[in-house]
Amino acid sequence: MTNIPVEMAPGATPPHAPQNWRTYFSFSTDHKVIGIQYLVTSFVFFMVGGFFAMIIRGELITPEADLVDRTVYNAMFTMHGTVMLFLWMFPSLVGLANYLVPLMIGARDMAFPRLNAVAFWMVPVVGILLMASFLVPGGPSQSGWWAYPPVSLQNPTGKLLNGQFLWLLAVAISGVSSIMGAVNFVTTIVKMRAPGMTWFRMPAYVWTVLSAQIIQLYGLPALTAGAVMLLMDLTFGTSFFDPAKGGQPVLFQHFFWFYSHPAVYVIILPIFGVFSEIFPVFARKPLFGYKVVAVSSIIITVLSGMVWVHHMFASGTPGWMRMIFMFTTMAIAVPTGIKVFAWVATLWRGKLRLTTPMVFALGALVMFVFSGVTGIMLAAVPVDIHVNNTYFVVGHFHYVVFGAATMGMFAAIYHWFPKMTGRMYNEGLGQVHFWLAFIGANLNFFPMHPLGLMGMPRRVASYDPEFIFWNVAASLGAFLLGMSTLPFIVNLVGSWLQGKKAPDNPWRAIGLEWLVSSPPPVENFEEIPVVIAEPYGYGRNEPLIANGKALELEAAEG
Amino acid sequence: MNVRTILTLVVTAVILAAISLWMGQQSYGWFPPQAASEAQLVDDLFSFLVILGTFIFLGVTIAILYSVVFSRAGKYDMSDGPPIEGNTTLEVVWTAIPLALVIWIAVYSYQIYDRMNVKGPMELVHLHNPMQMATAYAAPLDAETEPLEAIEVHSRQWAWEFHYPGQNVSSTELHLPVDRRVHLTLESEDVLHGFYIPAFRLKQDIIPGEAIDFEFTPIRVGTYRLRDSQYSGTYFAAMQADVVVQSPEDYQQWLATTAKQPPTEAYNRAVTEFAKNRGKVKSVFTGWKSVPPAPPPVVNYSTQS
Repeated sequence: MTNIPVEMAPGATPPHAPQNWRTYFSFSTDHKVIGIQYLVTSFVFFMVGGFFAMIIRGELITPEADLVDRTVYNAMFTMHGTVMLFLWMFPSLVGLANYLVPLMIGARDMAFPRLNAVAFWMVPVVGILLMASFLVPGGPSQSGWWAYPPVSLQNPTGKLLNGQFLWLLAVAISGVSSIMGAVNFVTTIVKMRAPGMTWFRMPAYVWTVLSAQIIQLYGLPALTAGAVMLLMDLTFGTSFFDPAKGGQPVLFQHFFWFYSHPAVYVIILPIFGVFSEIFPVFARKPLFGYKVVAVSSIIITVLSGMVWVHHMFASGTPGWMRMIFMFTTMAIAVPTGIKVFAWVATLWRGKLRLTTPMVFALGALVMFVFSGVTGIMLAAVPVDIHVNNTYFVVGHFHYVVFGAATMGMFAAIYHWFPKMTGRMYNEGLGQVHFWLAFIGANLNFFPMHPLGLMGMPRRVASYDPEFIFWNVAASLGAFLLGMSTLPFIVNLVGSWLQGKKAPDNPWRAIGLEWLVSSPPPVENFEEIPVVIAEPYGYGRNEPLIANGKALELEAAEG
Repeated sequence: MNVRTILTLVVTAVILAAISLWMGQQSYGWFPPQAASEAQLVDDLFSFLVILGTFIFLGVTIAILYSVVFSRAGKYDMSDGPPIEGNTTLEVVWTAIPLALVIWIAVYSYQIYDRMNVKGPMELVHLHNPMQMATAYAAPLDAETEPLEAIEVHSRQWAWEFHYPGQNVSSTELHLPVDRRVHLTLESEDVLHGFYIPAFRLKQDIIPGEAIDFEFTPIRVGTYRLRDSQYSGTYFAAMQADVVVQSPEDYQQWLATTAKQPPTEAYNRAVTEFAKNRGKVKSVFTGWKSVPPAPPPVVNYSTQS
């Protein structure tokens, strides 16, 4: 357990405090600035992706393809998926982890601050490339976010510079950026924990970030390589995946899903960590079964590398492979179930306070349990053969990526907003945001399940009249969900500018990040804390660290 | 635990179980009609999963709601809850039960899959591994009937065409005899397509350059929809066809009549839309350039809609 002392190289300027807004537009190496850069950039793209979703749902409110041309519709769902995953989910989670991990483990920064900044500045490049693809001949990629060949190799304009080319370039760059981030996180967590912070004194959130970033390390090279090979097929005439030239299109699916399934755990694991931080604080109880919860993250990491073929049950997948991957997929339910039960037990007989982060976390947990139930149904091969590539799958993963992950991200943003900005958010607007988002999300995504069971394929621009009812319901839910973002923006911008000043520890929470001022000083800790207790000592009145001031647990809540 | 707690838990569990069983019954109504024997198997498995899933979802949700309603901190109550860090017995139980459940689900799903015996890409692997012994398939549901001669399914952007080699009949509508095991050979001429008939609960991706065998048994006379389930480009959503399941007599009759029809160009939605789109004045943006659809199929029989 080492901690690199912050000593300035001769001639270097000391990092300036992020008091000036210009800092956020500069090449800063402060993990807190980078964290907020990630969060704000990704939120901008969240709104872009949401706008695409509105167009999709606008088209689907009627059975005919009448709102936009089919090519435009296909570009919309391709870009919606791509933007939401590569420019919202991944960067926002990396941003949150960037901000929190060094503070939570008692470090002054990430292990490689410059690498950290480089990794961040690749995200706007990815964003610009993807947005620029609207301007090239033929428009953006229209092959879905899976970019399965041969459709992705068809290139109707025949031009070298086309939407698919830019898409693949963007995905490859995004992969490189995430690998850089993963190297940084794993090193930071392994090498830079404060003295006394043993593995089993690490907050559960740090465990989940570690588990998620290990997945990035082993999984992303496959996707990035797959993207580069597809790029070569598209542009230089190689034939890795083109069946017309003897290539094997199903091979790409393996490259793609070998990463893109574990990617779901890259997304959901840190959100599990957020649950594990928020429930104890607002239930005033220790995290139930902390060690088991921590270790089950690592078990999920291992299992998640052995399940990817469940996305290909209906592809050219032989029966024996279907069976093996059905068993491994179902096995993941066990460590996940352990976590869910642990959170419920944490709430049990607690002293609950339904603040905005708490209601978001509770709503996200309920939606996650629902997606877990449908996930098991999808793992069962015979059921999957019916609902594979239908709206049932779309409904399932939107419960995961919106219901659990994005709602969990909102919970995290509200929870740490006072720490990040030094200001309190507006509680009333937060509650309005929650209820609009929760009702909107369920109204939007629940109807997709019956649609899928009835046999409506995903990615269709037009559909048979039998599907009208549930599609209208889903579209109305989508518009409500879109509106729900407005109170969030008003709340955060308004509170950041003129919210009430936040104390160091507004939630009376236990954790190193709550020991420092809000917002934290540039170097986080004047003196590196010496940790002497487990992270969730609620109800026990024991000190967390041996040096420095005690947590302000007794302070009256505002 | 006192008697009252145990009683409350038991009563709750019984009520939940009753609701779950009811949901399992309801779930049969969420599907299209069961038009193939495989559909019955899938629906049974799904109903079983709905029962388990309802029980777990409601159990967890009710526990959360109970806490939210009955374990709220008072406005000025700044105290902490009981510092319970864990309970080994409880943790072992809630690890063991899900483990047992998923093994049960997986084994049950395996048995169902085995009985479905749709063949599918299993044959593909045999082609790649000539040394491997032919796997003994489990007895199909209707072992007494040998599958009919293979019907060829040709898919291309964006049309389905079915060819009956025995009678040299081609059609844009898939006609099948009821209660007979049918054998299809799925082929694609360009990109990946998905052969999906919701009423049969069956789906198989079609891979260009490979012929995939597919077997099933329609059991209900009627007209159903075949949809492309693997995204195939611009007019993907329009790539649908009717599947007509007929009595064996009607089926033979249809084959015989159709064989006498001269091949004509069939209606194709993608071709029609593409032509209409190209005719538009391009003063405003109407969309990007698309891969042109393949020419409409020339067949003995087609649906004119």
